[in-house]
Amino acid sequence: MGHEYVPEIATDRDGNEYEVQGWQGDFYGGKLGFWLFMLTEVMMFGAMFLALTYYFSLHTADFVNASASLNRYLGGFNTVILLVSALTMGLGLLKMRVGDIKGAKLMIWATIILAIVFLGVKAVEWTAEYNHGVFLGLDALQSGNAHSKPFGEILFFGLYFTMTGLHGFHIIIGIGLMLWLLKRINANKVNQGHHILHFNIALYWDLVHLIWVFVFPYFYMIGAGDVTGGAH
Amino acid sequence: MSKTYFDETHCAIGHPKSTFMQWMLTVDHKRIGLMYAAVMFTFFFVAVATALAMRFELFAPGAQFMDGDTFNQAFTLHGVIMIFLFIVPGIPAIFGNIVMPLMIGAKDVSFPRLNWFTFWLYIAGCIIAVSSLWVGEGFADTGWTFYAPYSLNTGTNVIMTLVAAFVLGMASILTGLNFLVTIHRLRAPGMGFFQMPLFVWGIYATAWIQLLATPVVGITLILAILEKYFGIGIFDPSKGGDPVLFEHLFWIYSHPAVYLMILPAFGIMSEIIPTFSRKEIFGYRTIALSSASIAGIGYLVWGHHLFTSGMSDMAKVIFSFLTFFVAIPTGIKFYDWVATMYGGKIVLSTPMLWALGTLITFAIGGLTGVTIAMVGVDIHLQDTYYSVAHFHYAMLGGVAFLLFAGMHYWFPLCFGKMYSEKHAKNAFYLQFIGFNMLWFPMFIAGYLGMPRRYFDYLPEFQIYHQVSFFGAVIFITGLVYMFVTFYKGIKNGEKTTPNPWNATTLEWHLPSAPPPLENHSKVPYVDFRPYEYKHGEPVVKFDYVTMKRID
Repeated sequence: MGHEYVPEIATDRDGNEYEVQGWQGDFYGGKLGFWLFMLTEVMMFGAMFLALTYYFSLHTADFVNASASLNRYLGGFNTVILLVSALTMGLGLLKMRVGDIKGAKLMIWATIILAIVFLGVKAVEWTAEYNHGVFLGLDALQSGNAHSKPFGEILFFGLYFTMTGLHGFHIIIGIGLMLWLLKRINANKVNQGHHILHFNIALYWDLVHLIWVFVFPYFYMIGAGDVTGGAH
Repeated sequence: MSKTYFDETHCAIGHPKSTFMQWMLTVDHKRIGLMYAAVMFTFFFVAVATALAMRFELFAPGAQFMDGDTFNQAFTLHGVIMIFLFIVPGIPAIFGNIVMPLMIGAKDVSFPRLNWFTFWLYIAGCIIAVSSLWVGEGFADTGWTFYAPYSLNTGTNVIMTLVAAFVLGMASILTGLNFLVTIHRLRAPGMGFFQMPLFVWGIYATAWIQLLATPVVGITLILAILEKYFGIGIFDPSKGGDPVLFEHLFWIYSHPAVYLMILPAFGIMSEIIPTFSRKEIFGYRTIALSSASIAGIGYLVWGHHLFTSGMSDMAKVIFSFLTFFVAIPTGIKFYDWVATMYGGKIVLSTPMLWALGTLITFAIGGLTGVTIAMVGVDIHLQDTYYSVAHFHYAMLGGVAFLLFAGMHYWFPLCFGKMYSEKHAKNAFYLQFIGFNMLWFPMFIAGYLGMPRRYFDYLPEFQIYHQVSFFGAVIFITGLVYMFVTFYKGIKNGEKTTPNPWNATTLEWHLPSAPPPLENHSKVPYVDFRPYEYKHGEPVVKFDYVTMKRID
């Protein structure tokens, strides 16, 4: 639709002509729309951070203890991976803008590989936690049995699995979007002159890594000091 | 005769031959709006029927033909359909789609295919919601608010309803996003924000609420689902979670949501009053900005739903105080509308009758809201029929009445035909009388202590319930009468000209009624204000072919 779109001209009473903005080929409009969509993502994760902060204020010591049991090396490694993937994504967009299609595709593939590495590390972490008996639905996170953790730790891990899970879901969606982008580039539907799709997916990827930049310290780093977190 | 949007359309995928597939795949904003209307009113009547069933049950004390559990499911079904399927998407999805692009001189919305996708997302949400009636342990019995911890413990099919509400929320977000970009990008040349018709302002303010508040309830519903499936603990007191947190997160969206419902309705009022007073609107800027400020203040008042849920006294006082502030921009709008009518040549057509009726019913709905915004009074009236009556005066007597007003107003635009004024007016009077008879006794019953959501009551409340019942019968008769009038209008109403009301805004300057596929024959240059009248006649006149001014 709308590939040979020629903008209409409106004329005022003095005969001055004005170009009419149509919905077709509206790069700025597409950008604005996606920024607004990013805003909804921020509100969504914002609500979870609100809940997290609230429970952290109620159960500070439990949160710090639970956080201390997470693997900071794996979490930190994943943070670096995501930051590098944001770089490759951005470089890909720059290459697309100057018309280097091959370079852009290479960078997108690099981003996809880094995203898969991220998910792999995440899977290792979750498996380790599962083997330690800490996982949704296991006894440790249920109330009223011999293995039950304290309230604060149950809440910490409940939110940990929810938020990192939802973040991982966004990574998976991102991989899908990038594969679709590659397909569109190959079909020459996305090119130097028409790269709104690439721009928006890069924006999406930036948000995904930005969320992680907040998730990482909130979950992994609060327990990085003394195991008791200095709460005593 | 020239082709209209009923004859041809653009499709999201391919170029199907059959008319049916053309409707299913259409990206035309006018067709999508009409389809929304058809689906919504189907569900609206289901919810009305449920409400009538509850009125039958309440006709006398004790259980007649519905036990308590069924009654719980009935009011949940009524609430879920009315809120999530009807009134939240309501005016934006119907008239935001049909007339908003016409009003700003656009060919369509900014993302027509997204609009098509959104419509089907909405349908998917509807199907999930309604199918939970027959799946599992029956429809949710939590009320439409899904308060934890009961919603986590009940055996009924809450999860499906939550999923449905989430999907419908997504549809709502995408509609708002689409409209925001449309209003920012596709206004005709020359049309600044303060030359937009006020309905567009209403849609604009609404779209921001849809965009910023809906994700919060979306994630709240997701968290509730995860809680039910995996027991993450966040709303479960047995694991240290706080059920009141659910209420906070829920109302952070759901209170702004009532402004999301009313703001486009106010926009319809602001269109109808100047048109039928044949006078420029009084205080254009104050109406436009009050829409924006209602949207803004609306975010800060959610706590007034929690006065009895356990909150610090300081927070209660602050939320109570902030809630009063909503009355200020609303009051400004009311005075502006009344001042517009002063000295105008008022034409009492059906849309104007509905608008005037709403001035009365919404004034009652709004002012009773101020009384329950007071902490002390609210402790007495919380969860009584008083709140029920307040809510329905504001929503049915405000939003739905103005939706009906808009339906009468834009009927000739959509169909190029006119309904019978005589029957439409009779239907209005029936509904107006029935409505007040139905809801006003509830203020008194609630004040005397009749709690909401009970299927049984003490004998002293019987008189109020019985008056309500007869009011409901009159109201529903009027409702059916109105839709029959519409149907007859569509079938064999008189043909109309493109501008039967002598209105001034751009949606009335189309080459034909109903409009052609891509709206105006040429995009006009806008160098005029939206409601310019002189001596009771519109100032701005267009040649509908060249779209040049000829006045």
